[in-house]
Amino acid sequence: MSDSPIDYILEANAVRRTFGGLTAVDVEHLQVQRNKITALIGPNGAGKTTFFNLLTGFDEPNQGNWTFDGHDMQGIAPHVAARMGMVRTFQLTKALSRMSVMENMLLGASGQKGERFFAGFGGGWRQQERENATRAEGLLDRFKLAHMRDELAGGLSGGQRKLLEMARALMTEPKMVMLDEPMAGVNPALKQSLLEHIKLLRDEGRTVLFVEHDMDMVREISDWVVVMAEGQVIAQGTADEIGADQRVIDAYLGARHDIDLGGGQ
Amino acid sequence: MNWSLIFFNSIYTAISAASAGYCLIAVGLNVHAGYTGLLNFGQAGFAAIGAYALAVPIVEFGWPWWLALIVVLVCSVLFAVLLGLPTLRLRADYLAIVTIAAAEIIRIVLRSVRFTWLTGGSDGVNGFTSTFEGWNRDYFFGDRIFKFGAQSIDGYRLFMMLVGWLLVAIVSFLLWRLMRSPWGRVLRSIREDEDAARSLGKNVFAFKMQSLVLGGVIGSIGGVVFALQQQSAQSDQFRTNLTFFAYTIVVLGGLARILGPIAGTLIFYFVMQLTDNLLDQATRNETLPTWLVDSGNYAQVKFIVAGIGLSLLVIFRPQGIFGDRKEQAFDVR
Repeated sequence: MSDSPIDYILEANAVRRTFGGLTAVDVEHLQVQRNKITALIGPNGAGKTTFFNLLTGFDEPNQGNWTFDGHDMQGIAPHVAARMGMVRTFQLTKALSRMSVMENMLLGASGQKGERFFAGFGGGWRQQERENATRAEGLLDRFKLAHMRDELAGGLSGGQRKLLEMARALMTEPKMVMLDEPMAGVNPALKQSLLEHIKLLRDEGRTVLFVEHDMDMVREISDWVVVMAEGQVIAQGTADEIGADQRVIDAYLGARHDIDLGGGQ
Repeated sequence: MNWSLIFFNSIYTAISAASAGYCLIAVGLNVHAGYTGLLNFGQAGFAAIGAYALAVPIVEFGWPWWLALIVVLVCSVLFAVLLGLPTLRLRADYLAIVTIAAAEIIRIVLRSVRFTWLTGGSDGVNGFTSTFEGWNRDYFFGDRIFKFGAQSIDGYRLFMMLVGWLLVAIVSFLLWRLMRSPWGRVLRSIREDEDAARSLGKNVFAFKMQSLVLGGVIGSIGGVVFALQQQSAQSDQFRTNLTFFAYTIVVLGGLARILGPIAGTLIFYFVMQLTDNLLDQATRNETLPTWLVDSGNYAQVKFIVAGIGLSLLVIFRPQGIFGDRKEQAFDVR
């Protein structure tokens, strides 16, 4: 195995995004391995979410380029990125509140004939809709949401919404799933099952890139960890390597966190 | 008080051909605001285009009615695209600002002195309905006068009533099909959260544009019906308040409900006309004190009274007639 070259699904070079005088993202080089779970960590304001937005086309960089699965992604629209197999979730969960759980799921399916205006009048889409519904039922079962299928998504709990968002993303048959803080606001009981779901994504051949603050979770499931601070990638490695890296500790806690400032004297 | 006339006249107003036209205008707006979440405040502009794009080619160029209808379609599609191109990529409020201004521009250009040779200025355009009157004479009700209780209706108005509500039925049926399809589902997802729709590979801009065009075309058909039943296209009837009436109708009936605009129209115009008739009669025989309302200002007071009535309806039934209270609960974001 060691002599076969590592297969990268995503490669980014010199990606830079500034807001006025603030440089939010300034990533020299980043690679994401195919079929692995990569964690993107860093203190608040490190530019993780902005970097996510850039990669998925939701924001435009001032400079830089990146490829996904061999395609140049420069200036690409978010919906095109999604169709290419790069699907994301959001930090603030975007459940479509006034639509049922099932409708949320069906919306996710790609290449729907019935989404063309004139096809909508007819019934030619129904066969495909039934197939999508079957697939959606399967995913809802897997994410333990099957009993909620006809409820409005607005009535789900915060954790259930996270699950729904992930299940809905899977309806697009993505190659790479990008999760923005999947654990935020999720109760501890649900966390473990979320972790299992994420591992399952890798096991079925998908690549996962996720932003997270929870170090326990990062240590438990990630194959590779990338640390960002002040817009830059400051370290990367396995979870154990990162845990011992002084630069990472400094970035999170400040370089002088162990120096007694002598306030007591 | 002539109760019988007040009653039948109010009912007749609600189901008249003019109301069918208003209803179509509201149905189009429901596609925008109800299903897609597009804040179009220029629906009156689409209606004006419908009325004038029908009337002008027939009167000024002598074109047949069907060619004029094609002109209506082309013009309303163009207007929608023109509004949508610069605004649909921006936040929702930009569309609101641009549409409200664009509709006023349309109206002011139509009534301007410079274009009087084409659009008749403030006189409007008349004499484009002979083909339609001919159909009524030859195949329908002719010049007979019909009695609806104390209200009399002439043949042509009855014919237009039939045509208007038939169009409402056809358009509503097609919309019902469309909104149950995956296409309609994408529209609703855009209303809920357009970034979520984007993240799932939906071309949000294209869907919004299709929605704007569809609702605009329906609105312009409403303008056609309105001008036909009135046998005249009048620019000043397409003021901004027409758009606000349409919003009231849609909210009253229930946003994003197929039957919403129909029920909304019936209630809205019944309440308006009833208030009008009551105040008119009351001021004539001075049933109400003149310091409160007199024959000079009852038309204004009508809006106050009707407005209070409609406000009460919205307070006690915020989801509208056909809305779902459960859905309403998730509306606050």
